[in-house]
Amino acid sequence: MNLVFALLFYAATIILVGGVAYRIYEYARVPAPLKIPTTPAPTTTGGVAFRMFREVVFFESLFKSNLWIWALGWLFHVGLALVLLRHLRYFTEPVNFVIAFIQPFGMYAGFAMAAGLAGLWARRFLVERIRYISTPSDHLMLALLLGIALTGLGMKFLMHTDVVAVKAFFLGLMVFEINPLPAHPGLYLHLAMVALLMIVFPLSKLLHAPGVFFSPTRNQVDNPRETRHLAPWAAQLDSKN
Amino acid sequence: MADETTPVAAAPAPKPAPAAKPAAPAKPKIEAPAFREFPTIPALQPDAMAGSNPFVAAANHNEAIGFPGTLVEGWEQKAVAKMGELLGTYRSLRVYMDACVHCGACTDKCHYFIGTGDPKNMPVARQELMRSVYRRYFTLPGKLFPKLVGARDLTKDVLDDWFRYYNQCSECRRCSVFCPYGIDTAEVTMAAKEIMHTVGHGHKYVNEIIGKVHKIGNNLGLPGPALEDTLLGLEEDVLEDTGAAVKYPLDMQGAEVLLVTPSADFFAEPHVDSLIGYGKVFHAAGISWTLSSKASEAGNFGMFIGNYDQMKKIAMRVREAALELGVKRIVVGECGHAWRVAYAFWNTLTGVGAGANDPFAIQLQKQLDPNYKQPSHICEVTWDLIQAGRLKFDKEANDHRIVTFHDSCNVARGSRMGDYGGGQFDIPRNIIRAVANKYVDMSEATTREKTFCCGGGGGLLTDELLDLRVKGALPRMEALKQVADQHGVNFMATICAICKAQFTKVLPYYGFKMSMVGGVHQLVSTAIVLNNEQ
Repeated sequence: MNLVFALLFYAATIILVGGVAYRIYEYARVPAPLKIPTTPAPTTTGGVAFRMFREVVFFESLFKSNLWIWALGWLFHVGLALVLLRHLRYFTEPVNFVIAFIQPFGMYAGFAMAAGLAGLWARRFLVERIRYISTPSDHLMLALLLGIALTGLGMKFLMHTDVVAVKAFFLGLMVFEINPLPAHPGLYLHLAMVALLMIVFPLSKLLHAPGVFFSPTRNQVDNPRETRHLAPWAAQLDSKN
Repeated sequence: MADETTPVAAAPAPKPAPAAKPAAPAKPKIEAPAFREFPTIPALQPDAMAGSNPFVAAANHNEAIGFPGTLVEGWEQKAVAKMGELLGTYRSLRVYMDACVHCGACTDKCHYFIGTGDPKNMPVARQELMRSVYRRYFTLPGKLFPKLVGARDLTKDVLDDWFRYYNQCSECRRCSVFCPYGIDTAEVTMAAKEIMHTVGHGHKYVNEIIGKVHKIGNNLGLPGPALEDTLLGLEEDVLEDTGAAVKYPLDMQGAEVLLVTPSADFFAEPHVDSLIGYGKVFHAAGISWTLSSKASEAGNFGMFIGNYDQMKKIAMRVREAALELGVKRIVVGECGHAWRVAYAFWNTLTGVGAGANDPFAIQLQKQLDPNYKQPSHICEVTWDLIQAGRLKFDKEANDHRIVTFHDSCNVARGSRMGDYGGGQFDIPRNIIRAVANKYVDMSEATTREKTFCCGGGGGLLTDELLDLRVKGALPRMEALKQVADQHGVNFMATICAICKAQFTKVLPYYGFKMSMVGGVHQLVSTAIVLNNEQ
């Protein structure tokens, strides 16, 4: 089992990092030929950075759009962010004091994350419009994330596992050593689902995470009269004038 | 720009004239949906608009603008290949195909969904028509597990759905305001139309019009002599009404300003009243100006079909006209999508602005007055003159009107006026307040960047889609009803030729007079004080 999980996590990490890097390369390589910021838009680069910051940190557009989705979505994402930060303790020795400081918050964030996910999933059944647009993979994605959250919370509050051994396992992986993983069904389940999430990340709608930074309606400066915007392929057409 | 029937502001029309087309088969009568007491989200009515059938372009219309005449042999592969090409040339499409998480934020934001209840008019569902095909051909999960991720082959049924529902999107971008990733359905719709054109499956209305622009110079197909006649007629009318010899020059060499305006302004009501207004503004300010018979159309339907080449070709006419006439400044009249193309795209497409480096663009840059932004909106011109104290108004002349303002989608969400984001909302309102005493805004959920499309934009302003247009106008009509009931609003000003034509047609369906809609410069025209000595 130790070897299986070790190989699984090596593979998942390669797919996640390589896959997302490739997507980012693709998004960056394809030009935006026209100025299409959704106006009113910032007229300076600093303004665009601030708009993107509000969008990524506070989900500003979603807030304007639908308070229910915003509240549930934000709860989930902030919960997830804290939980991820909390988990950094499994990968660092000594543990950074910030990470040590947020440990208790990260614990409650696990509940926030699960609650947000449950709410988002409920919408897929209860709201007719959302039910219409949901695909099986949308449900599976939520099931996967909720499964990860619940098994994690389960190990924290119901059936503990040997976290010291888990840490030794992951610290070992980082220097290509395979240390024993506690034989704990909850832990196996938790880790398997995390690895699966890492693998599907670059192949699925989870790409909204890097995608938002490349969205021309949000990342473009509104200055088309002052500065000429020209994509390379459009510039070639220009030379024919 | 206007639909075939030129609407005339006639006596009160209690019953709308049935929009019967002799050739069309008998259809159920078109009725407006009931006003909602509260703006509740409609229950889904699957396939409610599946019967909406835009006319497929005839071979001559397609071929005239460089597309195959009819659906080509092996169109499936060609369409997929074209999609691949677009994914490699448009970052918007590339990112938007991946980024949607089906959160549902956009589902209740589209006026066509609100008016029809058809779930495929929810922006996310409209995008999914293409995204499902994208997944099938361009993603691993879609190739391996199509059912699981909602991927499907591009079949004739799918193509028909595309044609039906991408011709139920007015590319107004309201959904993109509310999307957490800024996904713009207009970009997807444009890509879908581009793909359909490439395989010979275009929309008749739009393609016919693009053909007319190239052949004759404007969307309505008005030849130069007809324009000249019309403009002379306007000069006579204005002289009679005001005693001022306001000129409406055509192709006048050496004029300071080239005005490019939608061709509907030359003939259609109420459009022409704004054209009269532009002329009065230039006259009162003592600015020499001219219209151009070559660039007698500000509209650029190339945008509606997402075709860069067409958009560039149509825009290039304006640059050529500006060079030939030797003008110092280019000004665009009241037209929503035209202003988006002019403001956001002209500099890219033709170098009207700053920074282009081909010989003609450089020549143009030398010729144009660097003190003015290129291009300028007529509202920017008028507002600058008002601020400079160069225009005088008799505001009481508009006292019979209680005015509200409809933000046109392309101006609101795709462009700007003035020096700050949001100037496109303030400047037209400032002008209205400067020329009229009574002004009321509609509900803030329906104005500024949250404005609702009139229901006729994006190349849908055609009689065969009247049912869709009437239904799509519902949210705007509700907001108008509210201010009409509460404040007695009797005039809805707007700065878009399509809005004007669309509202003239659909207002009666909602129990309003068609003469309720008009241009901002129509109000200017009513109140402006002209120097009769000239």
